[in-house]
Amino acid sequence: MALLLLTCLPFVAALVLGTGASAPRRVHVAIAGGASAAGLALLLTLAPAVLAGARPAVRIAWVPALGLDFSLWLDPLGLLFAGLILGIGLLVVIYAAGYLASAERTGRFLSFLMLFQGAMVGIALSANILLMLVFWELTSLSSFLLIGFWRDRADARQGARMALAVTGGGGLALIAGMLLLGQAAGSYELADILARGDVVRASPLYPAILVLVLLGAFTKSAQFPFHFWLPHAMAAPTPVSAYLHSATMVKAGVFLLARLWPVLAGSELWAALVAITGLVTMVFGAAVALFRHDLKAILAYSTISQLGMIMMLLGFGTPGAAAAAVLHVLNHAAFKAALFMVAGNVDHETGTRDLRRLGGLAVLMPLTATLGTLAAAAMAGLPPLGGFLSKEMMLEESLHARLGAGSWLLPALATLGALLSAAYSFRLAVALFFGERRTGEVAAPHDPGLAMLLPPAVLAMAALGFGVLPMMLAEPIVTAAAGAVTLGQAPHLHLALWHGLNPALALSAIALGCGALLLWRLPLVATWAARRRAPDAKRLFDAALDAIVRGVRRASGIVHRPSLQRYLLALFAVVVVLGIDGALVSGIHAGSRPTLPASLAAVVTWVALIAATLAVVVAQRRRFLALVFISVIGLVVALAFVHLSAPDLALTQIAVEVVTIILLLLALHLLPDAPARLSSMPRRIRDIAVGAVAGIGAGWLAWAMMTREAVESISAYHWANSYKGGGGTNVVNVTLVDFRAFDTLGEIIVLGIAGLAIFALLEPADRGTAGRRLREWREDMAHSPERHPMMFVMATRLLLPLALLVGIYIFLRGHNQPGGGFIAALVFSIAILLQYLASGFDWTDERRRIGEHPLIAWGVLIAAATGLGALLFGAPFLSSSFGYFHLPLIGEFELATAMLFDLGVAAVVVGAVMMALAQLSHVAQRAARQSDGEGA
Amino acid sequence: MSLEFLIASAIGVLVAGGVYLALRARTFQVVLGLTLLSYAINLFLFASGRLIVDRPPLYAKDVADYADPLPQALVLTAIVITFGMTALTVILSLRSFLESGTDQVDGDAALDEDRIL
Repeated sequence: MALLLLTCLPFVAALVLGTGASAPRRVHVAIAGGASAAGLALLLTLAPAVLAGARPAVRIAWVPALGLDFSLWLDPLGLLFAGLILGIGLLVVIYAAGYLASAERTGRFLSFLMLFQGAMVGIALSANILLMLVFWELTSLSSFLLIGFWRDRADARQGARMALAVTGGGGLALIAGMLLLGQAAGSYELADILARGDVVRASPLYPAILVLVLLGAFTKSAQFPFHFWLPHAMAAPTPVSAYLHSATMVKAGVFLLARLWPVLAGSELWAALVAITGLVTMVFGAAVALFRHDLKAILAYSTISQLGMIMMLLGFGTPGAAAAAVLHVLNHAAFKAALFMVAGNVDHETGTRDLRRLGGLAVLMPLTATLGTLAAAAMAGLPPLGGFLSKEMMLEESLHARLGAGSWLLPALATLGALLSAAYSFRLAVALFFGERRTGEVAAPHDPGLAMLLPPAVLAMAALGFGVLPMMLAEPIVTAAAGAVTLGQAPHLHLALWHGLNPALALSAIALGCGALLLWRLPLVATWAARRRAPDAKRLFDAALDAIVRGVRRASGIVHRPSLQRYLLALFAVVVVLGIDGALVSGIHAGSRPTLPASLAAVVTWVALIAATLAVVVAQRRRFLALVFISVIGLVVALAFVHLSAPDLALTQIAVEVVTIILLLLALHLLPDAPARLSSMPRRIRDIAVGAVAGIGAGWLAWAMMTREAVESISAYHWANSYKGGGGTNVVNVTLVDFRAFDTLGEIIVLGIAGLAIFALLEPADRGTAGRRLREWREDMAHSPERHPMMFVMATRLLLPLALLVGIYIFLRGHNQPGGGFIAALVFSIAILLQYLASGFDWTDERRRIGEHPLIAWGVLIAAATGLGALLFGAPFLSSSFGYFHLPLIGEFELATAMLFDLGVAAVVVGAVMMALAQLSHVAQRAARQSDGEGA
Repeated sequence: MSLEFLIASAIGVLVAGGVYLALRARTFQVVLGLTLLSYAINLFLFASGRLIVDRPPLYAKDVADYADPLPQALVLTAIVITFGMTALTVILSLRSFLESGTDQVDGDAALDEDRIL
């Protein structure tokens, strides 16, 4: 329970901060600081038990089928990292309160920071590697938001994007690696995986797992050659840098490798990849840091270098080295966060971070200078600070590492790394605080307020304390965490400043001495280094990104042509090929079911249909003519339904036919009438061939189906229960409103959405380019000067009540006789449409009380409410109920809830049909009026 | 000639015409093609209940022989949805004509426009 609270607390704080962005800054800081402090306090109450060997855990099934559980635990390693995250998080919140200008949106900033904190805590506490991946991705995303917080600055945006591309790309590799790891170990639970290290290392998947996981860890921890995003991420506000790049984000990769150390470490491949990458990164980062002038750039490259050192230690694969790595994680977090804050103070007070414009600040900013010097000394590895201890352990381990055993190269390079680290640390402190007085943008800078001094002071004191009182402050947690990393193989640490005269001490002394020497002679070296032209990683990255984007554009340009014909041709061709394949596999012979003889009338109407279809094809470019033929086809289809015992279908078809033709006529009014032919002869022949094959296939399929016996279907059930259960004798209607009412509900919703989409398409059609074209539109056809012929107007007005009566009649009888909501709605629509046609748009629109939107909305609501009503009576959704009543004069009649449902259906259909037609005619009307107005 | 043959051949001809028209280069022909295809598909679905004359699916106690009500119910909604689809396609093509000044869907007109820009 405590673990859940620990993980959720930062997310809750992020949510509160995000929604309450308008609250005053005090409140924001109180929420973020309070959440961090509460989390830290909670963690500390758990700490004694964890250090004593307890492993609190919580596991909630999430997607058990995938092996993904919301599974958290707390072991000493997680405790160490969570402590760093929450502790430094608290200090960073306090620091940010002083650092951010009053105009900054602190709510937004702290919300992102808390989101990031929650993700990091989640990584530290995850006991399931899939869950860890989720949090891992969340850190990439939230760090993107933090780095790019000053979104009006181009460098911030680019830095954020680069960090996301690199760490996100590594995250993808990590996902693959973790999935393979889970497969090799047979579980995604960390406890199981840690116990099966031998199995994983023996698995043939091991090299792939290792490389993929390392890609994830190296990108996150900015290891060479993926280091380049970190310096660019310095565009972030300094509190973010202090948080992300000292203790948390970049340590996530280290944490991951420490976490999986018992599983993945111990092989030659591990040692080669991790130790060498770490070593190269350490030396490279330190060398670059030495020649930078921007404070934060120095700190960024020094972070790269220090992380390289931790990586190298993990890579050695020995328990002692792992312990040294853990100790350095602690030390680095303390002094690097302090240094970032000191750099922030200097930047904040002097307006610059350029070392060349700064100097002698010790007199002006004594407190900042003290803290900065202390932290820099820890980074240099000077006794009696914590950095000295871990550096000595590192040098000691480099002498004993199995990698390149006995060779002098490894200790020499490790010493070189330490030497360069000492040199840039000295340079930082000396150039900033001593020597000639240079104060950047302002004349007399001074120490900032308490909020910006307290956090670095706490951290610098910690850096000092880890050296002076190591056995009290660092040993318990480091021993326990190292034990967790190595599954109990770690030696019992004896941390002390003085271990007697030994080779490591000698190397340490060489590093410090030569480091000081190097600083003294730095100008010479700098001129030499300036002549070496290092490749600019950002330019390479940008070029690579550009090349990828170009390649993808070209590829999608090849696949995605703005030609509907190509897509449809591919679609039809695939269907034809699949159909032929299916026919070859399972046979498509005709059956022996007796056929029905065709009457002469049937043959004649068939001839009409065939002729009309051919005529449509031939007359396709003479559009009004094509419409006439289309309507012939619709008519014949309706007649076929009449003949073949489907009265409901016939009624629906004929009504839909009418509205479809009116719709197409209205659309044609605005579309070009008889356009030129576009397709070439070969293309037409090809399309005729495709059409012919498809037609023959479909026809034969229909023939084969109809000449075989029907399989037993659910129809018999519908038939048997229609009257008994549904209270109606029209089985088709009962099926629609009762048996399959859920389908119908879905269908009217789709219809409603289509209506709304039509509205959305036509509503803005008179604006912008479309509006201009509409205004330029000219009547291209002569028509009668009499817009609304009297006879037509009078006849349709007389017809209206009759038509509405017919609609109501069809609706009411639908349950037992052919009819129902669909057909009634279409009849209604046609009745109203006739008014539009005869009396004009304006006349009719004025007299209409209910708009299409409410019709659609109420229809869906009525239908859904009817269905939900059934739940009140304990029946399943959309069950209908009915009863028979007697009224004087009218006699026996039936009422069914299904009729209410049908009413909803009818409302939606009327709404959608009217939406399409009325909106279209409205647009046409506007265009025509324009045309008239200009013609007159 | 049997009724089954008439229906099957009608479906075939409608599909052939529909496919050919759907492959034309202008929106209106495509709409016509889709309309023809819809007729064919609705007829096919309906025919899956097999053909029967003068036996509408209206329940009465002593009726044993009746048209299959299930495909009819499916086709009834299909006809209405077909209208919705046709309407949306027509409006879509109208709007795109108004926006782009062309009713072509073969991509060539769009390319011309690009070149002008």
